[in-house]
Amino acid sequence: MNSVNTLPCRNSNRRRLNRRQHTLLTIALAATLLFVLLGGALFLGEEGLSVNLNHRNMPPSLAYPLGTDWLGRDMLARTVQGLSLSFGVGLTAAGISAFIALVLGLAAALGGKRLDTIITWLVDLFLAVPHLVLIILIAFVFGGGLQGVIAGVTLTHWPALTRLLRAEVLQLRSAEFVLVSRRLGRSRWWVATRHLLPHLKPQLLVGFLLLFPHAILHEAAITFLGFGLSPHRPAIGVILSESMHYLSAGSWWLAFFPGLALLVMVRMFDILGDNLRLLYDPRSARE
Amino acid sequence: MPLEAINVSFRYKSGPWILRDLNLSILPGEIVGLTGPSGCGKTTLARLLAAFERPEAGRITLDGQPLPASGYCPVQLISQHPEQAVNPRWQMLDTLREGYIPDESLLLALGINNEWLKRWPNELSAGELQRFCVARALGPGTRYLLADEMTTMLDAVTQAQIWQAVLRVAAERRLGMLVTSHDEKLIQRICHRMIDLANAS
Repeated sequence: MNSVNTLPCRNSNRRRLNRRQHTLLTIALAATLLFVLLGGALFLGEEGLSVNLNHRNMPPSLAYPLGTDWLGRDMLARTVQGLSLSFGVGLTAAGISAFIALVLGLAAALGGKRLDTIITWLVDLFLAVPHLVLIILIAFVFGGGLQGVIAGVTLTHWPALTRLLRAEVLQLRSAEFVLVSRRLGRSRWWVATRHLLPHLKPQLLVGFLLLFPHAILHEAAITFLGFGLSPHRPAIGVILSESMHYLSAGSWWLAFFPGLALLVMVRMFDILGDNLRLLYDPRSARE
Repeated sequence: MPLEAINVSFRYKSGPWILRDLNLSILPGEIVGLTGPSGCGKTTLARLLAAFERPEAGRITLDGQPLPASGYCPVQLISQHPEQAVNPRWQMLDTLREGYIPDESLLLALGINNEWLKRWPNELSAGELQRFCVARALGPGTRYLLADEMTTMLDAVTQAQIWQAVLRVAAERRLGMLVTSHDEKLIQRICHRMIDLANAS
């Protein structure tokens, strides 16, 4: 009797956080991380990046929590700088990408058959070429460096979201409640802003949030390969590619902590995007 | 003054013909029943008359004129699936007031609970949603009402309540109605004349 009663009780006590709480926690963590990044980039900036040949290749210690590199630079300062740079690039690239996707998606779905064919073909074209090759080419055309990386990442990340938004609008356009709205005397513009856009808003926000880690990873990837930011900037990609030379000498902290920081940031925004997608959908919001 | 379908033919894409050379006329104040087996084109005909679809051949006219392309359509359709006819991201109050602002007495007659106005569509049953769709379609500009299996998903008492409210409004304003149903008794009870679509076309 007793054991029967306590079983479901203990279950509900042990229940994990629900999705809303989980999402709020992730948002709080992400906000803290961003704050630390921005603050750290401002305070630790110049001092930590200076060369100090007396403290070369030191493993993590109290004075240098993430160790120092072969020129005696503080790895904590470099990692923070690198992440804040990555964050800026990711934000810009994902934002512009999402905007391009919205414009092209709407144009394809509402702008007539010919425009639709052209845009769909463009999407297929961009999806058919490997991202990394395309980013390198575009970055090269734009003269490399920061603007090259941003242009490269921006111009390769819109197709998937465009396709999603186009399909969404196509489906909505012939939805029963949209047809009814037109019969009730509402104009096309009214229907677009009141019926279509609210349906696209979550897709757009989630699309943007999921683009963001992608953009950061690709920025790090092409910088790692040497086609992105200049080696003088403490980008994560630069730090990782430089540390490769010292890994065999046993300096594991050079790659481990920056890599881990990148992973944590990317994964956090990934989780945030996924959770928001589920919360925004009225069908799964109450699960 | 009548709502007319003149030599209307229709098929979806290049599929088989669903309606061929169909003629139909509904006068103001007249309630016409439409019966026939499943798949014979009852819903399609209703959608054609309300300009949700365009006929492949023939015309739909109101007072001899084609239906207006924009603005409030004088022919309103109440469909069989209310859950598809309301925006899932709108609260019911917004849906109810999309075309005009219905008065309290109509809401009362249709049995719409004031509590429901603040709810989302997925928090109401199909029968409850249908009442909103009925209220929404009875705007001042409505002259013809097409009820496509309007009360099929409701229990008998609620059916009676909604039909009484609708028929009273229809009588007051001399609305023309087309009632589609598999319920023979309902059609016989409320309609002035009956069309069997299986034999008509």
